[in-house]
Amino acid sequence: MPESTEVKRPVITPLRVVIALCLIAPFVAMLWVGSYAKTDPALGGIPFFYWYQMLWVLISTALTMIAYKLWQHDQRSRTAPASGTSDDTKGGVSQ
Amino acid sequence: MKDGVNGVALGVFIFFFLAVTVIGFMAARWRKAENEASLDEWGLGGRSFGTWVTWFLLGGDLYTAYTFVAVPAAIYAAGAAGFFAVPYTILVYPLIFTFLPRLWSVSHKHGYVTTSDFVRGRFGSKGLSLAVAITGILATMPYIALQLVGIQAVLDVMGVGGESGNWFVKDLPLLIAFAVLAAYTYSSGLRAPALIAFVKDGLIYLVIAVAIIYIPIKLGGFDAIFSAAQHKFATPNPKTGQPTGAIAPGHAGQWTYATLALGSALALFMYPHSITATLSSRSRNVIRRNTTILPLYSLMLGLLALLGFMAIAAGVKVSNGQLAIPQLFEDMFPDWFAGVAFAAIGIGALVPAAIMSIAAANLFTRNIYKDFIKPDASPAQEAKVSKLVSLVVKVGALVFVLTMDKTVAINFQLLGGIWILQTFPALVGGLFTRWFHRWALLAGWAVGMVYGTLAAYGVASPTQKHFGGSSKEIPGIGEIGYIGLTAFVMNVVVTVVLTFVLRAVKAPDGIDETSPADYTADAGDPGVITELPPATAGSAH
Repeated sequence: MPESTEVKRPVITPLRVVIALCLIAPFVAMLWVGSYAKTDPALGGIPFFYWYQMLWVLISTALTMIAYKLWQHDQRSRTAPASGTSDDTKGGVSQ
Repeated sequence: MKDGVNGVALGVFIFFFLAVTVIGFMAARWRKAENEASLDEWGLGGRSFGTWVTWFLLGGDLYTAYTFVAVPAAIYAAGAAGFFAVPYTILVYPLIFTFLPRLWSVSHKHGYVTTSDFVRGRFGSKGLSLAVAITGILATMPYIALQLVGIQAVLDVMGVGGESGNWFVKDLPLLIAFAVLAAYTYSSGLRAPALIAFVKDGLIYLVIAVAIIYIPIKLGGFDAIFSAAQHKFATPNPKTGQPTGAIAPGHAGQWTYATLALGSALALFMYPHSITATLSSRSRNVIRRNTTILPLYSLMLGLLALLGFMAIAAGVKVSNGQLAIPQLFEDMFPDWFAGVAFAAIGIGALVPAAIMSIAAANLFTRNIYKDFIKPDASPAQEAKVSKLVSLVVKVGALVFVLTMDKTVAINFQLLGGIWILQTFPALVGGLFTRWFHRWALLAGWAVGMVYGTLAAYGVASPTQKHFGGSSKEIPGIGEIGYIGLTAFVMNVVVTVVLTFVLRAVKAPDGIDETSPADYTADAGDPGVITELPPATAGSAH
């Protein structure tokens, strides 16, 4: 099996914790409905409840984007020292 | 409501409809491959779509005409509770970021076309794969029917068809729309909706952008819109004596709101049509990159939802809530632009209906026809059966809509969401671990299906005795929550407990044909099939 030749690295690294936090944050924010179930302050006439959630569309997009970039970084740094046949090196350039 | 046929709007509508029909048939020649007779070609567009095509395809697929009609309609009826669609679509993307690339990899390594293919390969269980396939087909059929309800709403408001005349004249426009859809799906496969999705999304974005600026100006700004809504919701319902809705959910509604958002987010990518659109992408990274740009649609959905409040402020009065938004467009926009808006909704129904029927057909062909009826079917035969089944599925949906009450389609769609969520443990669980036992997964699925169906049956609303809604008291917690999520939790508990038991008694495990490296493979790696040749499309397992 090719993966047995790869350098063993810890599965949980600080980088991966950051990725996980980026992906979990929207769940905490959105499922905690009590934190935003109110009408004030309104923004341009739109009650807080609505503009806050739409703002979270943008925030979660930014977080997912960060997670994506970090993940690419993580995969590159993992496969760089290993042999060239490894799976994920091509991930970033497959376009 | 204006009387008679709105000629200008209808003319614009027909113009766009003809344009997408031409595109649909021409799509067969777009990015044409050599072996067009295989299921990969017809059913997954040769698995060749890049980031942008996938984005349009997924967007066209997930944000359907029904969404455009139903989300603002829910806001129009009840206010804040209907806005759960926004957190729901926010949560979808971090979720699929985690598991869809793995599904893409393993599917491209083993030539899987459907989720059931994967489940069978992973757990070596035809029974479990059949359960997933049937759930997928059952959940998709009413969804297709609802797309037709979306088209019908638009036709009604334009004064075409409607309640007058005999049944044939009344339903003729819908029949024509459907025949055209069926014909180009049959000839062009997944390429047709992928191309038409460009037109659909272009129109939708245009209409939303105009609506969100133009209508509030006409109505005196968002302040006026929300105070009108506040006034309407504060007026008690004469039947129940309760306020009809709220601008922000009260304490009691918060559990419902959160569980609906989470449950729907978990369910969305269990639907066969979402998976079909995902597997048609060219590489693993196309999917991850898409999770960073797909939320644009969520923003649009949020704006669209606000149209529900605008319909209230504009004094739109409709007996059927589904007509609120088309009616708002007709009242507010000049006739020609109302036509554009109606075309956007109409085409918005065609794209997902096409993809859904392809996805359901793929499931039938791969996991029922090939597994149980004709195991030695050639790739060409598979593609042929799939094409025929996609026709049957669409005709079935049409009959459903024409013969039964619309509420039946809506009830079934509600049930479909609950059902499809029950395939989550087998699919997503299977992508990360082989620990679950196949029989335990099957038992968990059955428990979730039965509880979900019975619980939904028992929900009454002021207008309906059964299937009155998708929320019910959560056993043991006492709050009102989404039935699908409760059923899902039961499903997981049963699966875990039974897995312990079955492992303890050493029940026979199925053969796992996948290896850990398959889940991270990408395009260009050895053994990863980008364009499956006919000879290997069926022999990979």
